Amino acid sequence: MPHQQIKATMKPLGDSALIVQLGEGMNPTIHEKVKNVSELLTNHPFEGFIELVPAYNNITVYYNPYIVHTSQLGASTAFVKVANHINHLVEQVKSSKNESPRTVSIPVCYGGELGPDLENVAQYHNMTPEEVIQIHSGEECLVYMLGFAPGFPFMGGMDTRIATPRKETPRLSIPPGSVGIAGKQTGIYPLETPGGWQIIGRTPLDLFLPKMSPPTLLQPGDQIKFVPISPSEYLEYKEMKQ
Amino acid sequence: MSIKVLHSGLLTTVQDIGRYGYQKYGVIVSGAMDSYSLRLANILVGNKENEATLEITIYGTTLQFEEDMLIAITGGDFLTTIDGTIAPLWRPVLVKKNSILKFHSAIKGSRAYIAFAGGIDIPQMMESKSTYIRASIGGFQGRALQKGDKLNIGVKSTLSEALLQHLDDKNIPWSVNFNELINFKQEPIIRVLEGTEFDRFDKESQQTFFQEPYTLTVQSDRMGYRLEGPSLSLSEKFELLSEGVTFGTIQIPPSGQPIILMADRQTTGGYPKFGQVISADLPSLAQLQPSSTIRFKEVSLKEAETVLLKNEQFIHNLKTAIHYKLFH
Repeated sequence: MPHQQIKATMKPLGDSALIVQLGEGMNPTIHEKVKNVSELLTNHPFEGFIELVPAYNNITVYYNPYIVHTSQLGASTAFVKVANHINHLVEQVKSSKNESPRTVSIPVCYGGELGPDLENVAQYHNMTPEEVIQIHSGEECLVYMLGFAPGFPFMGGMDTRIATPRKETPRLSIPPGSVGIAGKQTGIYPLETPGGWQIIGRTPLDLFLPKMSPPTLLQPGDQIKFVPISPSEYLEYKEMKQ
Repeated sequence: MSIKVLHSGLLTTVQDIGRYGYQKYGVIVSGAMDSYSLRLANILVGNKENEATLEITIYGTTLQFEEDMLIAITGGDFLTTIDGTIAPLWRPVLVKKNSILKFHSAIKGSRAYIAFAGGIDIPQMMESKSTYIRASIGGFQGRALQKGDKLNIGVKSTLSEALLQHLDDKNIPWSVNFNELINFKQEPIIRVLEGTEFDRFDKESQQTFFQEPYTLTVQSDRMGYRLEGPSLSLSEKFELLSEGVTFGTIQIPPSGQPIILMADRQTTGGYPKFGQVISADLPSLAQLQPSSTIRFKEVSLKEAETVLLKNEQFIHNLKTAIHYKLFH
């Protein structure tokens, strides 16, 4: 089987991190590369490696330049030493198709107090709220990355018929579990934070699980299926957790 | 062994070097704003250099010691007193049972650190004791300290015990030349590397940033420093997907006014990155008082690394020197 040729370009993010760029834009093929290179680097770290953050089409790698310098001979900068290590690894990435992705069902109570922007989103597209719910829960979404807040999934693949711009004035406080739309993305707020996404519903599930390992319900690569539930079902879920 | 909080001050939190390894889950790093002061405070009492300390902001914090204790205070000079007498900074100090330590107000800098021999005895959360207030985890019950809180202190290391024995030894010059590491000047020059989207900004912005002064606004906090000064603009508008950011990343939101990401920054960001403060200058930046003026200077990656390695060598030498004096 021919190897999938992966091209990586490196750029410094200051003196203690660098970005491994694996493509442009948002698509599942590039995301697969991000996943594969992240896994390989996690399993084959260099001296001075601290951690990495995978994103849509790149990986940010954090390192300690002092350890990189003292553990590797040579006059070049720590950036060059780390970049060489990663380039060497990237050459070894095989086009291994990962085992089939997990599908995680997320129950969502749409509209009403829990989804105050559902009506606006429907009006914006000349639809009924029911149509928005049907479309949002119709297709599976892909979790590309976690960021912004612990366990916050940046998801792609939402049906573009309900793509809606952010609110002009962000809310000062959005309750945990809120499901929102921002442009072509959909996401779920794990903690109470300010935010400008259009809130169309809420899930009773906890996305941030600080005492578990890993500490988040969702992981990059997960397929998400939103399942509409009624307000009384929402309350039942909430009670079950206590 | 414990410490009682008599007055919480403006913002007092438990912080160590930070929570690493969890950014990929969206968990922020947190940790000390001025990592050099944190590490030196710990070294001066014989702790591991990444042990948790208290980070005290600007003024007001008052603590009472319920036992004799070995401590070190570093960072900003807040006119600190022990039972009314000025407390020495940047050296190990033995405080007696029932004595009261008070941080009056910032004369210099804006963050002070107090390390206790034995460290702060609280559970780690995701491998760190740092406080993450928004998620209510880490530190003391996931929040800033309040009046009446009691903090337990851990067991002293053999190094701490040895330090205690030699505190009065006049042959040991207990002093750290912290000016080698941190610039407490009023109008510091902060060194900056080009950011990943530097080339996307117009020529004028690329020059102005390094020529004109910027002011640190009062809307600045542990999460980010909001600056006020000449607006910076892109040559042409473009959309950026969210990606990893780091301590010292200079982001430019649509307003054109720069934001520098600090210890409690989000893990990812989607604003164009104009520049990146070099790691060696982050502690100086952390010590700036609100409304201070800052000037920026562009340096190369090679220069940034050279300063960083020099500072690490300085800290390494200090550790070795303390060890040598105590055990020879």
